[in-house]
Amino acid sequence: MGEFRMPSLGADMETGKLVEWLVTPGQPVQRGDIVALVETQKGLFEIEVFEDGIMGEPLVQAGQTVPVGTVLAMISSGTEAAARTEVQAEPPAAPAAAPPAESPVVPPVAAPLAGSPGRFACSPSARRLALELDVDLATVRGTGPGGAIQRSDIEEVATARKAGAAPVVALEKPVAAAPIQPMDAETSAARMRQAIAAAVSRSNREIPHYYLETEIDLSRPLQWLAAENQKRSIQERVLPVALMLKAVAKALRDVPELNGYWLEDRLQVKTEIHIGFAVALRQGGLISPALHQVDRLSIDELMRAMADLIERTRAGRLRGSEVTDATVSVTNLGDRGVKTVHGVIYPPQVALVGFGRIAERPWAEGGMLGVRPCVTATLAADHRATDGHQGALFLEALNRHLQLPEEL
Amino acid sequence: MTEQELRSIIFAELRKVAPECDPAALTPDENIREAFDIDSYSFLRVLVGLNKQTGVDIPEADYGKLSTLATMTHYLMAHLP
Repeated sequence: MGEFRMPSLGADMETGKLVEWLVTPGQPVQRGDIVALVETQKGLFEIEVFEDGIMGEPLVQAGQTVPVGTVLAMISSGTEAAARTEVQAEPPAAPAAAPPAESPVVPPVAAPLAGSPGRFACSPSARRLALELDVDLATVRGTGPGGAIQRSDIEEVATARKAGAAPVVALEKPVAAAPIQPMDAETSAARMRQAIAAAVSRSNREIPHYYLETEIDLSRPLQWLAAENQKRSIQERVLPVALMLKAVAKALRDVPELNGYWLEDRLQVKTEIHIGFAVALRQGGLISPALHQVDRLSIDELMRAMADLIERTRAGRLRGSEVTDATVSVTNLGDRGVKTVHGVIYPPQVALVGFGRIAERPWAEGGMLGVRPCVTATLAADHRATDGHQGALFLEALNRHLQLPEEL
Repeated sequence: MTEQELRSIIFAELRKVAPECDPAALTPDENIREAFDIDSYSFLRVLVGLNKQTGVDIPEADYGKLSTLATMTHYLMAHLP
């Protein structure tokens, strides 16, 4: 038997709201399967299980907010589970998106008010839309199979409301204390700010930062990249940031002390290099989901992984593990015209690498003055974990790897 | 393809990456990326979308020629297959 708990999705997350179960009790699950949607201050996240087994009855109902670590459901594993799987018919191939409207699973806990709120037959994407548009699912009539609520149904309600029903909704809102509390854009932005505020305050309170910076001549890597991109169709072209991320990962292999966590008063170096990549959200705020094992990805794989991660971050489709397992962070403010960024380390990580804008600058070499495309690379590191010497070795290694783009 | 049709393709691609912005409010010579705060990744997505919709191949060296509405329209019209 395993316990499926409310995960911690950030240094300062205390509680999380279980928005939706994506599996039904008795359904076999495998390590990595997404079984629930959880909402935190930073938005909605898809939560996966970390073991194989059979999903038990939910101990926490959709709509409930519980502290981190609360057991959400039991997962039975091993032979007893296997035996049951065999007896069971093939698990329905139908996507978890449309559970039966009348769920046979009556929660053991007395469900508040109207039946079991939050268990409307409704796909995750439709539910997400409902949250975004501030539509209470209880007011939506589903027109999909089995009365399932579809995206179009939600849009219809939102449009109708805009067309004139607004005051009524405004009146009803405080009364309808549905467990799924819709977040309007303002609230969600405010909560995002609070989450960031908590994390950076803790960082500045606890982490004695030191900062180093160096100027890197990018002529060689950019020439190499231009030649590579010329051979490629526009969909396959690589952005300079992919080279920089890969070079960071390789430099971290050279100086592993910067890749890991400061926990229990000691540095815990990690062997896997998961780079948290700061993605600015258009509605404000930022999330730093992790690119996994960057040192092992080819430049093309890295570019695809980055594109996928940016898309999912902006669409609100990240996995819980992706916002928790970064071992180091990179921030790239070059697009905003910034020259130098001195970052705030995301605890419990011990380093943050920053890149500014790539621009032509005067460059002296061999007694000659020339003009080169350059970037300012910075390192913010935790002085408890490393000293400036290691930081300097890292920046030196970063430069060395960038000068050998064909080996990246 | 008329300039009008091309304009609506451009607007549609811009709305995909910057849904809260109104491309119709752009002046012809405004830098699109700056006006809408579009990062290099999202701008590449716009160019990929335009390439798909118009069939115009846009070499990387020409990206700079598509920075405003006026130059973007001009470039694409001139290179239509």
